[in-house]
Amino acid sequence: MRIVVGQGSCGIAAGAEKVYSAIEKHLDDKSCLSITGCIGMCFLEPIVDIYDDENKLLRLVRVKEDDAEKIAEATKNGDLSLLENLKISPEDEEFLTKQTRIALRHCGLINPENIEDYISDDGYQALRKVLETMSPEDVIEEIKVSGLAGRGGAGFPTWFKWNAARKAEGDEKHLICNADEGDPGAFMDRAVIESDPHNLIEGMLIGAYAIGAKEAVVYVRAEYPLAIVRLERAIKQAQAKGLIGENILGTDFSCSFRIKAGAGAFVCGEETALIESLEGSRGMPRLKPPFPAEAGYWHKPSNINNVETFANVSWIILNGGEAFSAMGTEDSKGTKVFALTGKIRRGGLVEIPMGKTLRDVIFDIGGGIRNDATFKAVQMGGPSGGCIPENLLDTVIDYKKLGATGAIMGSGGMVVMDENTCMVNMAKFFLDFTAKESCGKCVHCRIGTKRMLEILARIVEGNGKDGDIELLEELCYGIKDGALCGLGQTAPNPVLTTIKYFRDEYVAHINDKKCPAKECTNLLIYSINPEKCVGCSLCSKKCPADAISGEIKKTFSINTEKCIKCGQCKAVCRFGAVEVN
Amino acid sequence: MSCCNCQNSDLSLLDKVLKNYKNTKGSLITVLQKAQEIYGYLPTDVIYRIAEEMSLTPAKVMGVATFYTQFRFKPVGKYLIMLCQGTACHVNGSERIEKAIKEELGISDGETTDDGLFTLKNVACLGCCSLSPVMMINEETYGSLTPEKVKTILKNLKEGEK
Repeated sequence: MRIVVGQGSCGIAAGAEKVYSAIEKHLDDKSCLSITGCIGMCFLEPIVDIYDDENKLLRLVRVKEDDAEKIAEATKNGDLSLLENLKISPEDEEFLTKQTRIALRHCGLINPENIEDYISDDGYQALRKVLETMSPEDVIEEIKVSGLAGRGGAGFPTWFKWNAARKAEGDEKHLICNADEGDPGAFMDRAVIESDPHNLIEGMLIGAYAIGAKEAVVYVRAEYPLAIVRLERAIKQAQAKGLIGENILGTDFSCSFRIKAGAGAFVCGEETALIESLEGSRGMPRLKPPFPAEAGYWHKPSNINNVETFANVSWIILNGGEAFSAMGTEDSKGTKVFALTGKIRRGGLVEIPMGKTLRDVIFDIGGGIRNDATFKAVQMGGPSGGCIPENLLDTVIDYKKLGATGAIMGSGGMVVMDENTCMVNMAKFFLDFTAKESCGKCVHCRIGTKRMLEILARIVEGNGKDGDIELLEELCYGIKDGALCGLGQTAPNPVLTTIKYFRDEYVAHINDKKCPAKECTNLLIYSINPEKCVGCSLCSKKCPADAISGEIKKTFSINTEKCIKCGQCKAVCRFGAVEVN
Repeated sequence: MSCCNCQNSDLSLLDKVLKNYKNTKGSLITVLQKAQEIYGYLPTDVIYRIAEEMSLTPAKVMGVATFYTQFRFKPVGKYLIMLCQGTACHVNGSERIEKAIKEELGISDGETTDDGLFTLKNVACLGCCSLSPVMMINEETYGSLTPEKVKTILKNLKEGEK
């Protein structure tokens, strides 16, 4: 019997390391205990998988340290019925069974720290096939047939970039992986690196062979320490097996591999800014053309792809481009990974074929909204994307169809919002992010986002003016036109889409000085319903502003002049007498 | 080159890092990261030393260092609180958590308590979205936070220091 504890960053944050050590303490035979990466069911962490002697799986969820003894005991006796109460429910199991996994196919199943695990599941077979039987042109053709497009957000055909770098003149070429996953709310790339680092390495080596690069670099966010540790280990293991370095697998192909840790700048997700950062400078975007394929890293031909893009490559080589393009829609082929978070019942990583609808992902797989609240909107693509409202939930997941809503596919962040989320405040949140992260090179982006943030701030504070919506729109289009890179060109999207779909919320803030979602504190008015108040005085004692007065056993009231809207009275009232409007 | 804002860092700790990297093209960010690992932040005299050894102007080094959020120019407290302000945490109430920290410790983003124990830093996304709202204190992650829970955690840390 084998016990496997899921140890992605999420699992560890939920206590997986403690669970692991506790089980270890109670086991005689430590050899049957190992780790795996992230299975993507974040809402059930920590997760412990037990495989019996026939390799049948029993999945235990939300495991606590206290359960360790019981788990060790059950596996020793071979009586797993003791663990029934920890077993995953059939509904939660559907979260995985309804997915189609290609990029994530090994995640949460193999030990990411052991190359043998990866090799035993066809690992590095695609690299062998490529080096022994295919020319670089054949590889590019296969990727072309697959229809694979850049998973970082732009959705540019991968084969086209590879081909341009292949054809570019020069002996020295570079292959770079963009693992600077800066979009808040997206963590699919981290999961791939932490859970299946060899799949990334193999995809990159195939890419390096295709374009003719002798060096591959992974630019990883500094905020992902575990991903860096696991990738470093994987590189060493691959080097020891002759899979990285000189004359790989006994062929003429040689390629070195290294990691560069980013230092925290969202704009470095933009490929030319990333190159600047790799060269040790401020990460400010370059003017294109020349494109990186002609003059990139140290002005040599370079190709940059996202982690998830590379994670699909070995599967495509082994199964054929046609098998990949058989999934999806006319415009978008294969699968896409989404990080489902926010007010969702089952949050985590979801990989589905293109062509499914947003409703499929949020309701069928994600289980709908937490605490039985009502769905309001979903933010796609983070600060560069936009929100999509309820009436467009049947939109098909496809680069063009999502683009038509004003949102984008993006790197796959999907943040679900419910009726209690204020859309104006949400737009302000994203603008606050982009204004801070603007590198400052282009005036429109640097100053425009700041001005927009100021306008949004005054609207949520109740000081919005007539004409603010129109002014915001004007600034949005100005920034889109005047910015050099993707950060500025897309920064207005959250504002434009919230105005498009939730204009009434802007109007309510500006004209009526009301926040329909009751989130913007400045616009709230607290009062006590005399019919419900029993005069217990608890609220009055709790009020830090001394704004509540009244006589015991009679009705209390709130002085709105003094009220600081902290909400403590509402929190302490046991009779639901404090009302907010 | 001498520094205007004299600090007395032990610059010999940098020797090994500089020796390994100073001749590698494009390695400035790596050198700064290693220096911060050594000193906990980037003191002015360290910036000057790096500039001198790598044949760069101090302005260039400072320009790069200030561009990236990872680099700090003041010492941090014993407990570095990294409060996640990612989208999922925002939707699930990270603002209330920040307020609770401020109430308990009297510090805002980027500030350190007078006793040098706590520093608060807002960060973009820690990537533990399913546990939102989340904060990390040194290596430990705390999830599904409420204002009360945060205050208890901080009180316990303070108690432990007494």
